[in-house]
Amino acid sequence: MILAADAGNVLVWVVWVVAAFACLGTGIAVVSFSNPFYSALSLIGNLASLAVLYLLLAAEFVAAAQVLVYAGAVMVMFLFVIAYLGGHADTPWAGGPSWQALGAVAASAALLVEVIVVIGLKTGGRLSHAPATDYFFGSPATIGQLFLTDHLLAFEITSIVLLIAAVGGVILGSHSREVDGRA
Amino acid sequence: MDGPDVVWYLCVAAFLFFTGSLGVLIRRSPLIVLLSLELMLNGANLALIAFARFHGRGDGQIFALTVMAVAASEVVVGLGLIVAMSRRKLDLDVDKLRTLRG
Repeated sequence: MILAADAGNVLVWVVWVVAAFACLGTGIAVVSFSNPFYSALSLIGNLASLAVLYLLLAAEFVAAAQVLVYAGAVMVMFLFVIAYLGGHADTPWAGGPSWQALGAVAASAALLVEVIVVIGLKTGGRLSHAPATDYFFGSPATIGQLFLTDHLLAFEITSIVLLIAAVGGVILGSHSREVDGRA
Repeated sequence: MDGPDVVWYLCVAAFLFFTGSLGVLIRRSPLIVLLSLELMLNGANLALIAFARFHGRGDGQIFALTVMAVAASEVVVGLGLIVAMSRRKLDLDVDKLRTLRG
């Protein structure tokens, strides 16, 4: 019995390590590819490995929504626009590091170190006792119930945000006479 | 809870956020800036879901789904702006967009 539990634990660790390193590697690839097309493809890998991490955290519905909404819809739109624009390759590291790039690296690294130090100092040990969850944790039924009871306002605001974004996209994409006259 | 503690998920989330912010600050192509923004949002989402698992409550997952919807709308508006930029024959380079004259 204990042996079976250990085997399960080792398996979860192996899956976690593979997913986490795939996540980090594809994240770095997104930033460092010079062609936006390859960056978008690596972001799809990033989203897929993040969905695996969500599954390990018992968030089944969010993992499914991640694959459907992000990898399925948003990334298709991204790839479509990149193909439409021809995917200009810019060279981020050409001409040696500029002061701007050095400052950006310093600022981001400061952010990373701060977060890691706070996690290490303030939480040390207290974050290791996650409660056992039941079978329904993270299932669509639970999520739907929470959305329609406790978080109804967030649900409605989300729908309004999506509506406004759709209207804005149409306005930005439409050929108005004024824009054509000036272009 | 089998597998790694929540702390390890938080470290991955922090590193994702770091990578994304690096991309937003360094890259000049607006398309890659948008992609890096997605990385940052996903790092935040991973932290939210890790804490939802830690507390054993679903509210963090609700928040993550809301962030996903906001990210989708942000992509729509951002890509619309980029297409409008290319239609006006502007350079696709965020460093060259210094004036906001319309």
